[in-house]
Amino acid sequence: MNSSLKNTLSVESHKRLLREMLFARRFEERCYEAYVERKIGGFLHLYCGEEACAHGVIEAARPGHDYIITSYRDHIHAIKSGVDPKAVMAELFAKVTGTCKGLGGSMHIFGVDHRFMGGYALVGGPFPLAAGIAKGIKMKGGDEICICFLGDAANNQGTFHESLNMAALWELPVLYVCENNLYGIGTRIDRSTAVVDQYKRVSAYNIPSRQVDGQDIDVVYDAAVDAIEHVRSGKGPYFLELMTYRYRGHSMSDSNAYREKAEERRWGERDPVIILRDRLIEAGEMTLDDYKKLDHEILEQIEDEIIRFAEESPEPPLEMLEKYVLVENDPWVRGGAG
Amino acid sequence: MAEMMFWEAVRRAHDEEMARDPMVICMGEDIGVAGGTYKATKGLYDKYGPERVIDTPISENGFTGLAIGASFIGVRPIVEIMSVNFAWLAMDQLFNSAAKVHYMSGGQLRAPVVVRSPGGTAHQLGAQHSARMEKVFMGIAGLRVVTPSNPRQAYGLLKSAVRCDDPVFINEHELMYNLKGEVPDEEYFMPLEGSEIAREGRDVTLFGYNISVHWALQAADVLAKHGIEAEVVDLFALNPIDREGIRQSVSKTHRAVIVEEAEPPVGVGSEVMAIINEECFFELDAPPVRVSAKNVPIPYNHKLEKAAIPSPDDVVRAVLKMFGK
Repeated sequence: MNSSLKNTLSVESHKRLLREMLFARRFEERCYEAYVERKIGGFLHLYCGEEACAHGVIEAARPGHDYIITSYRDHIHAIKSGVDPKAVMAELFAKVTGTCKGLGGSMHIFGVDHRFMGGYALVGGPFPLAAGIAKGIKMKGGDEICICFLGDAANNQGTFHESLNMAALWELPVLYVCENNLYGIGTRIDRSTAVVDQYKRVSAYNIPSRQVDGQDIDVVYDAAVDAIEHVRSGKGPYFLELMTYRYRGHSMSDSNAYREKAEERRWGERDPVIILRDRLIEAGEMTLDDYKKLDHEILEQIEDEIIRFAEESPEPPLEMLEKYVLVENDPWVRGGAG
Repeated sequence: MAEMMFWEAVRRAHDEEMARDPMVICMGEDIGVAGGTYKATKGLYDKYGPERVIDTPISENGFTGLAIGASFIGVRPIVEIMSVNFAWLAMDQLFNSAAKVHYMSGGQLRAPVVVRSPGGTAHQLGAQHSARMEKVFMGIAGLRVVTPSNPRQAYGLLKSAVRCDDPVFINEHELMYNLKGEVPDEEYFMPLEGSEIAREGRDVTLFGYNISVHWALQAADVLAKHGIEAEVVDLFALNPIDREGIRQSVSKTHRAVIVEEAEPPVGVGSEVMAIINEECFFELDAPPVRVSAKNVPIPYNHKLEKAAIPSPDDVVRAVLKMFGK
């Protein structure tokens, strides 16, 4: 392990995180299959290759206490925040047992009980929402923070600039995590963005920032602990850029033809799951056989518990169609209880 | 019952709700230190401080989204967008976030945010400062839209909107802030759905909302001299709109004229006509008529500007024509 890291994880944490990240990988791969089988509809954005980002940052946070919000690539952020993977898969299968009763879909997973405030499908949409949650935290006087995960391409939306300006101006407790996977849908970052290093862009708002390797969970965790400490101590927002790569296209409808195979191979050699696995093996804490056994267990769990639950759950009833448009029975709609 | 100006009524509702609940905040451009372009938040900055009366940067989509996010965790923001023309910029957050989050989260989240904004054609403000946007907002599922025509409604609608758990857009009018009217001395809450009969009549119903209620009332005075007793229905709620109120009045008068300040396509007039068709077509003695703005961007020249917007005279003419006079 890189000895320059200040905030380190225990062996037990490493083992648990390996399980969580491998689970995330297999979960997303199973989603791919289910999509091909037409069990999952709509748009589907997979997180394969980026697992160390969500896991490293949320590991350093307090899930269930801190608020987490993200984009449409949201399954794994929800699960790491504490949302039941069965309910996530059931949502993807459009079942009433899903996180949003089948009304949301892949891009809109919510788990408000776990303070997972949702996945949003307009690129850059969560920037101001996260600042607003942070404003609410500040008004209430708690020590929670809001963590907003978005991709690099979101930074070309106006909401990025508007929100970072307000977050800095009002010293809001929000951590913006930029998962820089180098592509905005199918356009490489240097073809869409004048300043390729995203952490540099926030200096315009006097927001401290850092760019680190997003494939090595120890590096992500170390940087995230410092970033979260900064925000939680009341010093205002922070911007953490994690260099990462998505193995699949932007969504399932993306042919992924715009990337060079050599580039994909290069990133594939820095797989976040394998980096952590090899670290545990090198430390003598695990064998390759242990890992294979773990993988097997995870695949079985996904099939026997999660897919079965999603398959067997009922669809939402038609009566639900108009149920959540407006809040039901709000007395103020009639001008008050009286 | 005290008489006060429209802006004073809006200000009073802010003040009472902010005094009651520390989670009520207001935000917008120039609303704090400057007291608001139309004085709707005058004096509140000194009373409640900069954390609750927030002067925002000129970032409509950003600060509206920020208010929506804050509303997710218990804050009750009242956002002022200085002009509805600028609210176009906030439509992403209003439509994509506020209006949909309750639904797409399967009922987990609510966005109890209030957005107030004056629209309408005022005095030679030109094409980009004269928009009437209510017809755009009222077509979005999940967003309540109300539009007060007098100080009592302005006060009572804002009071209820702050407490309601749905997002509410309040469509005000640039020309109406100095309008005087009676407001109850005690606390008063308007329902966010329904309509009011501003004048009773039996011969024809004039549907209006916001400023066009006043044009309809002026027209009704003139029509009375022609022996036509017009009923004026004030559609203070545009989404959801009062289908039953529309049906009842048309079933009584058997004739309908809709007076709207906006361009005719896809507007309040076309919506009310559709409802009349659906609810009470066979009650009609004559085809319903719209009195609308011309379908043009608003010109700068005063004479042309006036010609673009309907007037009480236009309403009178439309009704007389309907009666073959």
